[in-house]
Amino acid sequence: MDPYKIREDFPILKRKINNHYLIYFDNAATSQKPRQVIEAIKSFYENCNANIHRAVHTLSQEATEVYESAHEEVAKFINAKDIAEIVFVRGTTEAINLVAYAWGLRHLKRSDEVLISLMEHHSNIVPWELLSRINGFNIKYAKVKDDGTLDYEDLENKFSSKTKIACLSHVSNVSGVINDVKRIARAAHEHGALILVDGAQSVPHLPVDVKDLDVDFLAFSGHKMLGPTGIGVLYGKKEFLEKMEPFQGGGEMIKEVFFNKGTERCSIVWNDLPWKFEAGTPNICGGVGLMEAVKYLKKIGMESVAKHEVMLTEYAVKRMKECKKVTLYGPKDLSLKCGIIPFSLEGLSSHDIALFLDNYGIMIRSGFHCAQPLHQVFRLPSSARASFYIYNTREEIDQFVKVLKEIEHI
Amino acid sequence: MATVEDYVARIEGTCGEEKDVIVIFKYNKKDEAIANILKKAKTQKSLSGIIFELTFQNVSFRVYASGKAIFRSVKDKEGLREILAALLL
Repeated sequence: MDPYKIREDFPILKRKINNHYLIYFDNAATSQKPRQVIEAIKSFYENCNANIHRAVHTLSQEATEVYESAHEEVAKFINAKDIAEIVFVRGTTEAINLVAYAWGLRHLKRSDEVLISLMEHHSNIVPWELLSRINGFNIKYAKVKDDGTLDYEDLENKFSSKTKIACLSHVSNVSGVINDVKRIARAAHEHGALILVDGAQSVPHLPVDVKDLDVDFLAFSGHKMLGPTGIGVLYGKKEFLEKMEPFQGGGEMIKEVFFNKGTERCSIVWNDLPWKFEAGTPNICGGVGLMEAVKYLKKIGMESVAKHEVMLTEYAVKRMKECKKVTLYGPKDLSLKCGIIPFSLEGLSSHDIALFLDNYGIMIRSGFHCAQPLHQVFRLPSSARASFYIYNTREEIDQFVKVLKEIEHI
Repeated sequence: MATVEDYVARIEGTCGEEKDVIVIFKYNKKDEAIANILKKAKTQKSLSGIIFELTFQNVSFRVYASGKAIFRSVKDKEGLREILAALLL
């Protein structure tokens, strides 16, 4: 893949900030959008905007067709069986909450356990902690080693017959560490537990095959993979989604709401999958944008995307090591991680680093990155984080390192 | 009569144990805000006219030419507002 050619598709990269060309290294928070995605959204609103399903007019049929095609495109992208396994939601957070409440609320009892890890994003901690206050189940946290890798021995020891679901990220949003999801899925299934994977940082950056990984649920966001905000995906194995009760009630997710005069109550028949989980008018245009984003990534090829990010990460780590006051976190073996680099700079808070870089048009993130427990593991008050994507280049890394070296003189 | 709001677009708490507070000045008033601050605060260090390390009333903070300032160990928002009023007005 040619990142210089790809850059031509991203209008925002032509922008100058503080008199410097934008260098966008905050891709783990959200990605930029190619012209193709922007145009698809514009074209939808200009040409076929209508509400989907249950209308006979042409526009609605066109909108329905395109929205269903978006589900099909996503299903193929992660190798799901069919669109019944692809539920569109607002993002990863909503996808995890959907599983917590639609599955967990009914299946988790006081004596049960949920297994998560200390490297999770708050969106894969808080829903389970909230639910445990209702259902009273226990939550076990698998340890993370000092280099940010998962302590598999600890994780596997924490599985028991009480474990009903393991919820782990595929890739850490702080360290970029890639977890061995196949191994975790195998351990979960051996103990009769389900596995939910937070794929927010993996699906945009790596080839992900749900059949190969054998995960029961996979959650990810459109906006981190070139798509618009407000659209995300919950993949679920059909056998589990079919048995689950809906997450939210309203229009679209029902086939029938029948008032029974005898009981003076309504009988409700749920809609087929995946619509049973998409209550109300969905984010139709978000789906259109996501479909175009998936097409764009497929055209490049996810193997090429991953390879490019490995190259950038190796180069950035090598160059950042030239900075005497910079400390890098995460595993030394770069084959264990994705294009996310957490770091600190002696004598400066992460926010100072981010503000300084901002003066040069370089956008990075600072703080806890919604993963405070992992910062406790790293014994860090906060961290600076540079994260890469398909349009980033070695020259941008050179400029980034040049500014880091200037910061060292503060 | 000028107010702090004439200069400040947003005050944001940061996440992280440091509990830093970021003040973002209005784009069209940032140069004036920085000039006012530099007149009143004591400059400890400056780098290429991009970053100024300052102290004022025992509070240390940094101001960036991009129109942002980072305050450390500020007790509360009211305390920060008082400091900003003294610096800007």
